[in-house]
Amino acid sequence: MARLSNQESRRSRHYGRFLVSRIPNFFLILSWVPAFLINSSSAAESVVIGSKKFTESYVLGEIAKRILTDAGIPSEHRQGMGGTIILWEALRGGQIDAYPEYTGTIATEILKSNSNMSVDQVRDSLEKLGAGITAPLGFNNTYALVMRRSEAQRLGIRRISDLRIHPELKFGLTHEFLERQDGWNPLRERYDLPQQSVIGIDHSLGYSALANGSIAVKDAYSTDAKVEQNDLVVLEDDLHFFPKYEAVFLFRLSMAARAIAALRGLEGTLDEKRMIGLNAEAERTKDYAKASDLYFGDRDVAARRPHQYIGESFPHKLTRWTLRHLQLAGLSLLLSVIVGIPFGIVASRGGAVGHVVLGFAGIVQTIPSLALLALLVPLPFFGISVRTAIAALFLYGLLPIVRSTATGLQDIPRSLRESAVALGLSPTARLWEVYLPMASRSILSGIKTSAVINIGTATLAALIGAGGLGEPIISGLDLNDHVTILEGAIPAAVLALLVQWCFDLLDRVVIPKGLRL
Amino acid sequence: MESGKTTVLIGPSGCGKSTLLRLIIRLIEPDSGSIEFDGKPVTPDNINASRRQIGYVIQEGGLFPHLTARANVLLMARHIGKPEEETRDRLQELAELTRFPQNLLPRYPLELSGGQRQRVSLMRALMLSPELLLLDEPLGALDPLVRAALQKDLKEIFTRLGQTVVFVTHDLAEAIYFADEIVLMNEGRIVQKGTIADLRFRPAHSFVSDFINAQRGIAIV
Repeated sequence: MARLSNQESRRSRHYGRFLVSRIPNFFLILSWVPAFLINSSSAAESVVIGSKKFTESYVLGEIAKRILTDAGIPSEHRQGMGGTIILWEALRGGQIDAYPEYTGTIATEILKSNSNMSVDQVRDSLEKLGAGITAPLGFNNTYALVMRRSEAQRLGIRRISDLRIHPELKFGLTHEFLERQDGWNPLRERYDLPQQSVIGIDHSLGYSALANGSIAVKDAYSTDAKVEQNDLVVLEDDLHFFPKYEAVFLFRLSMAARAIAALRGLEGTLDEKRMIGLNAEAERTKDYAKASDLYFGDRDVAARRPHQYIGESFPHKLTRWTLRHLQLAGLSLLLSVIVGIPFGIVASRGGAVGHVVLGFAGIVQTIPSLALLALLVPLPFFGISVRTAIAALFLYGLLPIVRSTATGLQDIPRSLRESAVALGLSPTARLWEVYLPMASRSILSGIKTSAVINIGTATLAALIGAGGLGEPIISGLDLNDHVTILEGAIPAAVLALLVQWCFDLLDRVVIPKGLRL
Repeated sequence: MESGKTTVLIGPSGCGKSTLLRLIIRLIEPDSGSIEFDGKPVTPDNINASRRQIGYVIQEGGLFPHLTARANVLLMARHIGKPEEETRDRLQELAELTRFPQNLLPRYPLELSGGQRQRVSLMRALMLSPELLLLDEPLGALDPLVRAALQKDLKEIFTRLGQTVVFVTHDLAEAIYFADEIVLMNEGRIVQKGTIADLRFRPAHSFVSDFINAQRGIAIV
């Protein structure tokens, strides 16, 4: 369980890049900041620190909070708000004042420049955007290639260049590393590496593979505690291929000078070894405040005092997640029903319009839900917000309802449709008194399908910061914490079952008795 | 169509007898020609008003399965806002007329037998006291005993009401039983109109004799 955190920072950067690379002018478009990020609770004048969804960021956020508090500045820490984009937008919009970031990420994802910008270049570019950075905190969290110490010694490998004369070595690299701009392909080119046997493997499985000799070389992160725990060596990047990911605090220039000064007190105080220790402690205890105390304890024992970590209670969190989840799924379902049934009625009449309607709903359904979210994010009205999640879920829930309404109506025997006409009922009365009640079973089953799909898909909303039961799932994935994943996954599954059950009950109310005989 | 009389449309399958019925109630639009009702041409504007003057019963009954027998019968009356009291009396009257047990009125179509369903269907068609009653093989799906009972009841009802009826069947015996006038059709055209005696003894076409002889074995005239 105590796998180290830094791959998570990778993943998080990767998500950010995933969103950004598809979205030119993202920041131009997304100038407003979502309301849900606005802190409604406490003191307006206090400094708000944000953090990303991975251990190291949490720990750094706690350290910042503590140092501000110690300096007499009221502060709070909003943990694990999301990825780079969400944090940066929150910073720009004033919902947070500072958060821990890495220079390489700032260069590539925020400034969209190349990752080899110097710290000063990064600082100058950020200034135009109203943001500043501290000097590096002292550690560089970048990619590295690692080998078993014993094997490296036996083969006499110290540097990445040394790999050139060992073409037989097997590489097991994370899938992301295989694809990244600063990953395997450019690395191989730069170092002219001859190895042919390269497989993609999950990060933690890779350590096991390395331990049992299935692979000889894998990618890792420089503050990865596993390197030390597994007695591995980091190969020297002698051609300086890997960009610098110096940890810094990114802050708003409008933040109080006292607060900036306090954060700058952290500059150069955290070397890689120390960060590895803090990460390991945080993963071991799941208590980020305690891990951050370790930082202060080491430096200044006299200043240490009992730390009061008041976390949100689990029932409280669960209630919050579930209510948000129901809000997401419920509102989107309501929209799907309001729009889907009329569309289904149109579609049931066939013809060109009917085909267009069904075709549209069908195409929307084929877009992977994650991609649909990503596609909506750059649109002016949407961005990173609850409404984006609801819109995506709404579009997703449309097809089952449109299709079931259309089929339900089309399945009404011609003789009965003609009977309704022959009686002299007006078209509206035919629809409401005859056609829709007769199609009710089919329509309801479509709504049920949509509801269950929505409950499941709504977990993805957490990816764009919209909350819900996906929040613990995504956090758990980022923190590699199975218990946290289950805190979201189990309630989500139970919720889906409950919804299904409620709809089964609803069948008895909505479907006319004559159709249930 | 002669008022107060029963006209039977008869002919082989696909001869257009049902189509003619569907044209009358405008389930399909004529390619050419016109249909007049009460001396006025039927147009899309007055179509629903005309339809309410016409009762229509089909082979499977055409009852809406989600409505009870009562609701099926009262559907149109409620739609056009007839007073509750009036419709209740009318329903009772119709139930007696069609010999439909009142205690079965709250049942759904699926809970009724085929014959009972056709009685409900007839009640529905007669609810608004239509000028014209169209019956499209109303007894076609019933077993012989039920069919015979219903034939008898139907004929009685038509006589009692003095109802103008157009009755479609492919069964000559049934046609003879009901018809004041028989219209024999083939391939979309009327071959001969008249009494069974006209058809039998004064056939207008060899097809008429062929059609009648094909159903020999039934005591004709």
